[in-house]
Amino acid sequence: MERATPSPWSARFRSFTARLSSEKSTRENASFVLLAVLLLLVFPLGLDVFRLNLVGKYLTYAFVALGLVLCWGYGGILSLGQGVFFGLGGYCMAMFLKLEASDPKSTAIQSTPGIPDFMDWNQLKELPAFWVPFESLPFTLLAVLVVPGLLALVVGLAMFKRRVGGVYFAIITQAIASILSILIIGRQGYTGGVNGITDLKTLLGWDIRTDEAKVILYYVNAVLLLGAVLLGLSLIRSKLGRLLVALRDKEERVLFTGYDVASLKTFVFVLAAMLSAVGGAMFTLQVGFMSPSFVGIVPSIEMVICAAVGGRSSLFGAIYGSLLVNFGKTYFSESFPELWLFVIGFLFIAVVMVFPNGLAGLDLMKMRSFIESKLRRFQKPSVGLSIPKPAPSRPGVTAAPRSNG
Amino acid sequence: MFGEFLLRVEHLSVEFDGFKAVDDLTFYAAKNQICAIIGPNGAGKTTLLDLITGRTSPTSGEIRFKEADIGGLRENQIVRRGIGRKFQTPSVYEALTVFENLEMAYPDARTWLSAWSFRRSEAVVKKVEEVAELIYLKDKLHERAEKLSHGQKQWLEIGALLIQEPDLLLLDEPVAGMSVQDRELTAALLLELVKERAVVVVEHDMDFVRKIADRVTVLHQGKILMEGKMDAIQSDPRVVEVYLGH
Repeated sequence: MERATPSPWSARFRSFTARLSSEKSTRENASFVLLAVLLLLVFPLGLDVFRLNLVGKYLTYAFVALGLVLCWGYGGILSLGQGVFFGLGGYCMAMFLKLEASDPKSTAIQSTPGIPDFMDWNQLKELPAFWVPFESLPFTLLAVLVVPGLLALVVGLAMFKRRVGGVYFAIITQAIASILSILIIGRQGYTGGVNGITDLKTLLGWDIRTDEAKVILYYVNAVLLLGAVLLGLSLIRSKLGRLLVALRDKEERVLFTGYDVASLKTFVFVLAAMLSAVGGAMFTLQVGFMSPSFVGIVPSIEMVICAAVGGRSSLFGAIYGSLLVNFGKTYFSESFPELWLFVIGFLFIAVVMVFPNGLAGLDLMKMRSFIESKLRRFQKPSVGLSIPKPAPSRPGVTAAPRSNG
Repeated sequence: MFGEFLLRVEHLSVEFDGFKAVDDLTFYAAKNQICAIIGPNGAGKTTLLDLITGRTSPTSGEIRFKEADIGGLRENQIVRRGIGRKFQTPSVYEALTVFENLEMAYPDARTWLSAWSFRRSEAVVKKVEEVAELIYLKDKLHERAEKLSHGQKQWLEIGALLIQEPDLLLLDEPVAGMSVQDRELTAALLLELVKERAVVVVEHDMDFVRKIADRVTVLHQGKILMEGKMDAIQSDPRVVEVYLGH
């Protein structure tokens, strides 16, 4: 009797994990539902507005991490300058909000009323020409995508057509991040300088600083993020996704199969840039300012670490990685501010050396056999001696090991 | 259709910092013929393939394929004109299945937009299965390429070329590292393939070359040392000295 059910708990556990790892797309669907429940129900119901807003801020980095998963995890293009695109998206949004906050009435005490305060402090007499279109919301929303997209297009074409790749590309993106943050800080009258663009108040008259607005913006952000995940899933399930993997593994073979490798790489780089920009714009809306400290090298590298911790080739991992790393950042910067840079450095080394596939790469099968062995030991007294031979199906042998690119 | 020869390489030279890797070389390939290129290491065999496929630009000389000058074209453009190249080390996409590897080479959906919206059609599946049968991998279609043996990877790469129906196949050491049995199968495969196209093989394995080649070209220091049938080549004292002797 007992031989038929050698270990009910481990059997149940086995069938559960087998179902989880059976079909990749089923698993992805399940992960998506789980994520949606977490973002749309668990967080809003479980957290107060302050913490929810904080989570919303972390989730804006998840857009960048998602882009990095496609660009780096799938396409093999490591960009250390994603902060540039995050920043550009954020600045476009901030310019619109700043113009709305700088109406002549509330800036009446300035020597030139009606222009942003920092321009007035820098003796500017009128709005610079490139600021003018940002009085329109439709233009701004378009610019959030197009400005970073265009920059990525130019950089991508310039680099990839000349076959610049790998480490060289990473260094160049890093240089661009550095250049942009220096530029923003240096041109104080046009950009708000090192303080950034602050004191943002309303969006088309709607006060974005209230608790209610924060919750609504959180939801907008969460829905956009889920949309971005769906976009990413549709990409990686398509031939384009497989093409990116092929590019990562054997770029030359792809070229000699007749594909225009430079265009494909540019495409995924532009897509990653646009995703980052959406994150940046949502950051500005939720946090209420944008500054060069989100543009430079350090934030760009932190974003790469977010993606790496979550698993560089897992869309879902990117989101959990962003939450985890940024939660850690908040915690450490509050409690031990001087330690954070060491922690992030250590984390990066650990991710590269110990678990290169991040959280998503933790082997489900290995964990399963580990847990099963514990379960078996737990139930040993009831079944142990009645089995003459060991059970034929050993855990982890029948199913293919899960590997994540 | 294109005169006598599909590929004409005439007076081709390439220099790297004063070193002539290929020196005033003239070479032809014709349909239904397997041309073998042999020669010691550094003779310029792989460089010649690099020149034909656009990976390296020639210093002087002319490369004509189907009568059109392909000298200044990019690699992917040359591929689309009908020249397929297999690399020296098998290069297949390890993370993808055999089916996906072949599908990737199917000449369709080459831009990002069309690849994103690409749907696997009957025609693709049929073509992939047809090629898989030819390269002895029909029962491995849904295995990941990393699980294949070395020889099977070589075949898969050849299959990825075939799916594009090239008129000229350039194969760089197709049987390197293969078992005796796999060499036999590869020889049979090439003899089948040449019925519809021209094949150029760079190879070190003399037995294999003898089995398949209609014509053998011996390269030495970027120049053609000799050209002809395998028997004549092997008995030529110059060839013996530079190559076969050791």
